Amino acid sequence: MIGFEVETLIAILLGVARGATPLVFAAIGELITEKSGVLNLGVEGMMLVGAVAGFIAVVATGSPTLGFFAAMLAGALLASLFAFLVLVLHTNQVASGLALTIFGVGVSAFFGLGYIGTPIKGPQAIHIPVLTDIPVIGPLLFGHDIMVYLAFVLVAATAWFLSKSRWGMILRAVGESHHAAHAIGYPVVMIRFFAILFGGAMCGLAGAYISLIYTPMWAENMTAGRGWIALALVVFATWKPGRALIGAYLFGGVTILQLNVQSLGVDVSAHLMNMLPYIATILVLVLISRDETKIRLNAPACLGKPFRADG
Amino acid sequence: MRLELSGITKAFPACIANDHVNFDVKAGEIHALLGENGAGKSTLVKMIYGIMQPDEGSIIWEGKSVQIENPGMARKLGIGMVFQHFSLFESMSVLENVALGINEKGPLKELAKRIIEVSEKYGLPLDPDRHIHTLSVGERQRVEIVRCLLQDPSLIIMDEPTSVLTPQEVDKLFVTLRRLREEGRSILYISHKLDEIKALCDRATILRAGKVVGDCDPSKESARSMAQMMVGEEIKIPAKNLNAKVGEDCLVVENLSMSTNDVFVADLDNVTFSVKSGEIFGIAGVAGNGQNNLLSLLSGERLSAQGQAIRINGLPVGHLGSHKRRKLGLAFVPEERLGHGTVPEMSLADNTVLSGHGVSDLVQMGWLRFSKAHRLAKKIIDAFDVRTGGSKSEAKSLSGGNLQKFIIGRELLKSPQLLIVAQPTWGVDAGAAAAIHQALMDLRDQGCAILVVSQDLDELFAITDRMAVISHGRLSEARPTHETTVEQVGLLMGGLFDQVDAWDEEAQR
Repeated sequence: MIGFEVETLIAILLGVARGATPLVFAAIGELITEKSGVLNLGVEGMMLVGAVAGFIAVVATGSPTLGFFAAMLAGALLASLFAFLVLVLHTNQVASGLALTIFGVGVSAFFGLGYIGTPIKGPQAIHIPVLTDIPVIGPLLFGHDIMVYLAFVLVAATAWFLSKSRWGMILRAVGESHHAAHAIGYPVVMIRFFAILFGGAMCGLAGAYISLIYTPMWAENMTAGRGWIALALVVFATWKPGRALIGAYLFGGVTILQLNVQSLGVDVSAHLMNMLPYIATILVLVLISRDETKIRLNAPACLGKPFRADG
Repeated sequence: MRLELSGITKAFPACIANDHVNFDVKAGEIHALLGENGAGKSTLVKMIYGIMQPDEGSIIWEGKSVQIENPGMARKLGIGMVFQHFSLFESMSVLENVALGINEKGPLKELAKRIIEVSEKYGLPLDPDRHIHTLSVGERQRVEIVRCLLQDPSLIIMDEPTSVLTPQEVDKLFVTLRRLREEGRSILYISHKLDEIKALCDRATILRAGKVVGDCDPSKESARSMAQMMVGEEIKIPAKNLNAKVGEDCLVVENLSMSTNDVFVADLDNVTFSVKSGEIFGIAGVAGNGQNNLLSLLSGERLSAQGQAIRINGLPVGHLGSHKRRKLGLAFVPEERLGHGTVPEMSLADNTVLSGHGVSDLVQMGWLRFSKAHRLAKKIIDAFDVRTGGSKSEAKSLSGGNLQKFIIGRELLKSPQLLIVAQPTWGVDAGAAAAIHQALMDLRDQGCAILVVSQDLDELFAITDRMAVISHGRLSEARPTHETTVEQVGLLMGGLFDQVDAWDEEAQR
């Protein structure tokens, strides 16, 4: 009886990591984009395009690595379209981002049409002899798929980049005041372009994680709103990578909890449980927004504002 | 010759900012670039600092013709710039701000040491670890100057450096600038404040409408003659009527306090003053000392829990919205002309409706009367000499001075009992400023109570009857303007009223 419970618990915890990892990638990508002062609401769309591109690449080549690269490329490609619209043509960032999501939904459904129901073999969890075999801690520390670990590396690298590196400082400066950055002589538009591109690539990766590992298959709209949660996570984390990681695991946990509560036969409406992650998002956003100072000190002051060099 | 410009021309879609400008800066001199707002000074120095490229003409640096492609290259040549609207990043530290603005890419720890070295050498104390949003305006400027000096520049461009400083801070700045001149550095000093230029500069080049119209030795010219060159016409200096009839208290503010969680603005702390009918009351102070909160509480954009703390003609109004206050005879001219005083994309006629719908006959039975709005807009345009295409012009198409005349005219034609004006002549050319001052004084003579909140001390001394100073959200005791000196106001602006009473303290010295 006890053994069964421990195994279930381990399965649940591994599931939490799998639920959280796509959120980590997407949130970090959006975090970098927003730190440069650009609000890209197209996360969901870029994730879907990444998911379908990764899936098609794996079907075609059989290589998950190529699948992830294809997903990053596709995400970045869609992001570059957004970058062109908002940076060069000065379109409204909110409207363009929403359009990007709608476009991404359609384009991914179109390309994915022939792949519905196609089986693939995604990357498996790693297995290190001895280490992974340690009871309980073994699978929890050494039994995830490689992307789970990469997500942690990404968070650490992003935190270091933003607080310690020169280019991270410049990125923050551009998001803080694009006019000042321009006056000092930094190429505002170029820096933002790369930040948007990076954001797109990470969203693509997040999408591919869902279609290759989380549920190895392709279905229309399979990201199911995770892009929006990732967007909320950035605010939840007050633009700090470490907090985004914590937030992602929290949301991942709630998602998995919801699945397991249902499988354990607890008598709660499934629809009610489905709402849980979203209600949690709203609650957290309300709590966070109460502290105005914190938001103002960490939020990029130029977020969402268009920049014209001659202005 | 350190820097020579010849035939510099820069055209924008709407205007020619610089038209074949020639001038030069010698080694070891402070050279003034003098001109009204919109004369093309800022555009010119942006080209010297590489932020913009000239369409025509050449820049000769230390005898060699150069193309300055970006600010990084300008810094490499030895050109530094201290910006008018500070080019600082508020949520970042002093150290990071300096690191962002220089070309070297060394470790931050060493840079912190150098910042302290340079700041001590020039008497500009700075703590590298503090965040910009915690600094006063004067301290922020120090960050810019130190950042500039770390590059060891041979030419320093200063764009309107004193517009936000207290008089004492200005004196300190001048000591630093003279010292830099002694070290053989050149300074290009941009200003429209003639007294400063007379006190500081060795030579002056005067720009008007994008062209160089004169060259002079400021110490040999009078402020008046330079003003004439700058404006191109005689300015009528408004005459102050000292014998106006002062009536009863119209606006009374008593122990008004407010606190916010916002770290970027000052809270208000027991602000008390009153404005009588028939007087102009001035509130001086460096920006960010609580003026914005005070103004929004007075206009009714922000409601006060203390209804009694603000009274108009004896009626408590602290809890009333702006619409109700307007009905009680309040008129309000905010600091920001575009976006707060007017809607930039709307026509002048539509903009008259915005503040006039409740107090004039522009609305009948719930319907807007656009023909009346147009007539009213035309009336304002004629009465206040607003230069514009007509009542259908968009607000943003007007120059700063003309738009300000329009906004003040709009409020004045309602014959208010109480007028609250923020920065009436900020960024307005001298001719329009004189007209606005005259209009305010005429209104006072008709018995209106006027509150002017301004950073421009010259303006306050020219038009107010009584004045007080706001600093860190506290308001000093009010004094009659003619019994007040610039030095006293300067001390108060620096927040020196913790000890007893700075007015008296100064008088005893």
